[in-house]
Amino acid sequence: MGVSVRETAIDFERRRALKAGAGLGLFGVLLAAGLIQPGMVNAATARAAFEAKTLDEALNALGVFSPANSPSIQLTAPEVAENGAVVPVTVESMLFRTEQICVLADKNPTTLIANLRFPEGTEGFLTTRVKMAQTSSVIVLVKADGKYYRASREVKVTAGGC
Amino acid sequence: MSAPTKIRATTKDGLTEVRVLMQHEMDNGRRKDEAGNLIPAWYITDVTARHNGRVVLEGEFGTSVSKNPYLVFRFRGGAVGDKVSISWQDNKGETRSDEVSII
Repeated sequence: MGVSVRETAIDFERRRALKAGAGLGLFGVLLAAGLIQPGMVNAATARAAFEAKTLDEALNALGVFSPANSPSIQLTAPEVAENGAVVPVTVESMLFRTEQICVLADKNPTTLIANLRFPEGTEGFLTTRVKMAQTSSVIVLVKADGKYYRASREVKVTAGGC
Repeated sequence: MSAPTKIRATTKDGLTEVRVLMQHEMDNGRRKDEAGNLIPAWYITDVTARHNGRVVLEGEFGTSVSKNPYLVFRFRGGAVGDKVSISWQDNKGETRSDEVSII
């Protein structure tokens, strides 16, 4: 029941954690020393990314390095959001085998909003509602067939809702 | 006690669309109450959607998902009468799971 998918994800996390050991600091060291099980790192890095205060920090914590802009990601968000507490966002990825979608707002106190994984059989489509503190870009990261891509869109926020 | 998640799952031409409205405050820990005291962060951290027990969507939320989180997603397969469930856990450790039949 989804075990193989999870294990692949953990494997990837582990490789990435080892590769980005410096960025992960203690985690990388403990992982290399075998003191932390990959599953724990998986959960811990996932949570750590939500603490990130800037887009760069968030991308680093997610292990995403300079994702390419993709015209195959359709990001729908209002041009002007009168209520920053409820900003509707729809992501539609036409990329083959979309595995993961992350939603971020680069000027929110914490940048990462949601990080969702799409097992085989689930379409690369997502609608949700997010809070935005001020006018900024909404950024989506899409992982498709093992590679990360991005799309972004500016949303003017007239009343912040964070 | 948390309120039930509203779920609506409909299937058409082999594609099932699930609309989800979770009932949760999603406090980010920066807001203040009338007395000026900070309201502690209280938000859903983990979400899992299943179709007949198989995971069709899973992930994590931060504090910037709107109050009463709303999700729409689609998966292939799914027949009328199949079960779709949504489970969540929040940062206080509270959990909730709700299930509907696909219509």
